[in-house]
Amino acid sequence: MSLSVRVRKRLSPDFMLDVAFEGRPGVTIVFGESGSGKTTLLRCVAGLGRPDDGRIVVGDRVFFDGETGVDLEPARRATGFVFQHLALFPHLSAAQNIAYGLSHFSTAERSARSSAIAASFRIAHVLDRRPGELSGGERQRVGLARALVTNPSILLLDEPLSAVDAHTQSHIIADLRHWNDAHQIPILYVTHSQREVFALGERVVVLQNGRIVADGTPDQVMNAPARESVAQLAGFENLLEAVVMERRPDAGVMVLRLARTSVELETPLAEAAAGGTMRVAIRAGDIIVATERPRGLSARNVIPGTISALAREGATVRADVHVGTVPVEVHLTPTSTETLDLRPGRDIWLVIKTHSCRPVHAL
Amino acid sequence: MDWSAIGLSLRLATVVTVILLVIGAPIAYWLTFSRWRGKFVFESIVALPLVLPPTVLGLYVLLALGSRSPIGRAWAAWTGHGLAFTFEALVIASILYSLPFAVQPMASSFAQIDRALLEASATLGVGRLPTFFRIVAPLSIEGILAAAVLTFAHTLGEFGVVLMVGGNIAGVTRTVSISIYDDVQSLNVTAAHQTALALLAFSFAALSTVYALLRKPWAVAPVS
Repeated sequence: MSLSVRVRKRLSPDFMLDVAFEGRPGVTIVFGESGSGKTTLLRCVAGLGRPDDGRIVVGDRVFFDGETGVDLEPARRATGFVFQHLALFPHLSAAQNIAYGLSHFSTAERSARSSAIAASFRIAHVLDRRPGELSGGERQRVGLARALVTNPSILLLDEPLSAVDAHTQSHIIADLRHWNDAHQIPILYVTHSQREVFALGERVVVLQNGRIVADGTPDQVMNAPARESVAQLAGFENLLEAVVMERRPDAGVMVLRLARTSVELETPLAEAAAGGTMRVAIRAGDIIVATERPRGLSARNVIPGTISALAREGATVRADVHVGTVPVEVHLTPTSTETLDLRPGRDIWLVIKTHSCRPVHAL
Repeated sequence: MDWSAIGLSLRLATVVTVILLVIGAPIAYWLTFSRWRGKFVFESIVALPLVLPPTVLGLYVLLALGSRSPIGRAWAAWTGHGLAFTFEALVIASILYSLPFAVQPMASSFAQIDRALLEASATLGVGRLPTFFRIVAPLSIEGILAAAVLTFAHTLGEFGVVLMVGGNIAGVTRTVSISIYDDVQSLNVTAAHQTALALLAFSFAALSTVYALLRKPWAVAPVS
């Protein structure tokens, strides 16, 4: 079963969802911050929203075609849709919820299918409970089972696991994968969580302001973003403007100078011309702080700076460090902050590995 | 006590309640879920009986059903007798008069249903009519019961419209409220008192039964 989506839909005078991509069997993650158009995209595929123009084809069935005027009702598309808040029917038991979409089958067939899916998702023991009596994880499982028991040609998941803890999440995802090994349908999984992207993904499509800005494996997209906007989404706190000074293809690296400073940074080689402007994306947690200039290190970037502020944020201490005039965010543990006696005004050294520096192209 | 008037009133209220639930539910559904901009016109029409004096409504219904109106003539041609001052005329007038009492409680409980439930039903391949019976109706049972009780009680107690459209024909259109009015007019206060007391007791019993039933049969935590 394959998926081909081309959707254009104007949501407000200055926001236009305009995306096109092909989906294969397996999980495709649609990643983006809220308001990027991900949920609208899912709703268009399910028929709950109507594109202004485009074409949506699942397998050999045309769901929507702006040119020929085809627009199947949601009930005739029968996609598997798991809503963000699940939308379990509160007056029905888990078993009745699961069997809800099977009313055209015989009673025997209905109960056979329901018990099979309940076993796959490990909820056989809660079938006579109502949604109000289920735990968060059980509700997610019932929601998935209800959507999948009808054997849909595509599964659409709208942040379905945002309400459960990481441990439960990974078990549910494992069961979903296992189910799909046998069924091989395309799964569109909408999320704004970076962790889920890595936990799930064969492939991630990044949406921003209604457009696809990146498409690739989680590693390509999230760890080595090619564009500044994706780096921001992927949680790179530091995006430092820099000029390419020298390329060393034989060593696989290049040297950039931070704008408005004399500080040089070594980064992995990227497509860029010497003299061109890029940004260097660095995660705040990837930076090591030293109070004296360290020697005998493999890390190639050792940069002097001054702490301008320290703030505790949960289990992390956020340090704002100035490298010349350039602010850099660094995340530390409370213990190391104390041991090193870090305080505003203190001069320190920042140590950053070459491969923790990701050169990205500005938008 | 005027047993025939009590029987007639109960029959009228039952017939009107059943009919209004059947036609009121789709109207309430449409008023709740339609995104059409002009629907306020229909909301106003449905609510009109709340503000109109019953005599005004009664007058127009009488004119509409009279022997000179197309409806009255068609009815006479079909049944052989006129429509005004009959039980059927009372039913038609009462349906119009009690319409908001059926529609508004249902519409307000339909409106509280999470739309995602209806969307979930659709993505599971279930059409709108079955979705109404499987999701909307069970989740709005309180509103539907409230609509039934209010319609029934309102029909039982109406006076002005009945007098205008039905007149005061014993066993045909003399309802409880008219019977009581009649008794008082002819200074037969004891009879009026008995009938009134019977009506009061019945209304109280009916309301208590419904409110007892309305205690939620299933408790559901809000779905997070």
